[in-house]
Amino acid sequence: MAATKRTRRPEIDEGGMGYLQSLPRRVVTVYLPLLVFVIVLLFPFYWMTITAVKPNLEMTDYQNFNPFWVVHPTLEHIRYLLFETSYPGWLLNTIIISTAATFLSLLASVFAAYAIERLRFSGARQVGLAVFLAYLVPPSILFIPLSVMVFNLGLYDTPFALILTYPTFLVPFCTWLLMGYFRSIPFELEECALIDGASRWQILAKIVLPLSVPGLISAGIFAFTLSWNEFIYALTFIQSSENKTVPVGVLTELVRSDVYEWGALMAGALIGSLPVVVLYSFFVEHYVSSMTGAVKE
Amino acid sequence: MAVPSVAVQPRPSILSRLSESHNTLGFGFMLPAAALLLVFLTYPLGLGVWLGFTDARIGRPGIFIGVENYEYLWSDGVFWLSVFNTLLYTISASLLKFVLGLWLALILNQNLPFKSFFRAIVLLPWVVPTVLSAIAFWWIYDSQFSILSWALQQMGLIDHRINFLGDPTNARASVIAANVWRGIPFVAITLLAGLQTIPQSLYEAATLDGASRWQLFRYVTLPLLTPIIAITMTFSVLFTFTDFQLIYVLTRGGPVNATHLMATLSFQRGISGGQLGEGAAIAVAMIPFLLAAILFSYFGLQRRKWQQGGGD
Repeated sequence: MAATKRTRRPEIDEGGMGYLQSLPRRVVTVYLPLLVFVIVLLFPFYWMTITAVKPNLEMTDYQNFNPFWVVHPTLEHIRYLLFETSYPGWLLNTIIISTAATFLSLLASVFAAYAIERLRFSGARQVGLAVFLAYLVPPSILFIPLSVMVFNLGLYDTPFALILTYPTFLVPFCTWLLMGYFRSIPFELEECALIDGASRWQILAKIVLPLSVPGLISAGIFAFTLSWNEFIYALTFIQSSENKTVPVGVLTELVRSDVYEWGALMAGALIGSLPVVVLYSFFVEHYVSSMTGAVKE
Repeated sequence: MAVPSVAVQPRPSILSRLSESHNTLGFGFMLPAAALLLVFLTYPLGLGVWLGFTDARIGRPGIFIGVENYEYLWSDGVFWLSVFNTLLYTISASLLKFVLGLWLALILNQNLPFKSFFRAIVLLPWVVPTVLSAIAFWWIYDSQFSILSWALQQMGLIDHRINFLGDPTNARASVIAANVWRGIPFVAITLLAGLQTIPQSLYEAATLDGASRWQLFRYVTLPLLTPIIAITMTFSVLFTFTDFQLIYVLTRGGPVNATHLMATLSFQRGISGGQLGEGAAIAVAMIPFLLAAILFSYFGLQRRKWQQGGGD
């Protein structure tokens, strides 16, 4: 949505009345605050990275080494993380769980969004509103009753506990996002297909879905990122070390007694962040426009 | 080629007519999502309310004890402290996120070089897993090797290390700062999208009428941005109020419960302490606050939408 608005606007309009401002004034009101914002927002990542490759000796010796820099970079923490902890297993778990939950949620959301937006069954508007309200129910309220359910269903400490509960926040979100997307597909296309004798199923599979690939991609990325980042369910429903996800594993297994392995912790945080950052950097335009589009509804 | 390939359809059978009925089809299409949400969202919500009225513990189904859990919480100082902390946390963090996020959005809305690069960078804190960035903050706030303390000492601004997470006041400020850091991008990027829908001609017209920069902001930008501010801040307040991860990583509610939020207290009592009923009661106690927050920020700001005569 934001993307279409941007391209529709004539190029000459871009700066607005920016040319009326003098350069020194722009430096003080725009560039300087921007610089501060960027430094503050990025510093924790820099600090994470620099700590991950810093030998333990330098990490705690602020007298002889400048903490902002690293003199003898080392891969020791990363090696320790990958070969002496269960970290690769947690990565694999997180990938499996996030992919499965994303796939399940997308499947359910596509049908739901199409039904609400296009089939217009009686009560479709109320169902749409209910879906939106479901998105506002936070996991912090649900985790205790869900843990009871998960236990009674025999899912405790299995990946299925997470694969089945993550859709509680993914389905409302994806449905809402896809509803907005389906709304932008012209009705005429579907009417043409209906006249040609296509069933609803064929319309969905051959017309609506191919046209909404960008929407599906954004919903998929969002869902994947949200499952990757999820913490409270993973903390509550998983107990054994080998079944943990990255955020829980890093926090609960790498912190042993009082000895903090800061290097390994930071390496774990860094590597755990990389997949979502890479994924997101490929699709950043989708991401921004769909996020703002979804919020604008 | 002249003969149309579509055969004349016989009278549709009941099955095919049913499959074309919007209600039947709608029901069928809604089924997977509805089943998932009813089983794993609506039912647990009800179960949570029920658990709040029982003395359930881990490994033992509870019996109905009426409002005993709530009576206990009512006289529990730690619970009220957590309510106070949650409100303090939500209000101050949301206000800061709003002010800083709006400021950043206004900056990014200027004609900048590398515009899309900056937008991408600014979103980073929001994209990475909260727990993992919170671990970075944990290290930044370390009592002995805090980089912040060191930098401030080098600059000569302080003479001894700051005990970021060990002192109640500092700990509160530290977790709020970390939450604001994570929340700014979301607010900034959504408000930026709102800013981009405001036509430049309005600013030009106002400038011709002699409006100052402040007046441009106050009488053009702010009114037109209000609907999107309302939605963004509703979400922001909601997620801040129910925050769990950041506190769990940084302080686990300490020192002396000074940073316990209702969500972390609920986890501590319900899961770590095994008192499922009491934990559920604390979670249920969050609901009225959430509803109030939603209604307040939604309607409080939404009302202006029609006053401005604006549509969507």
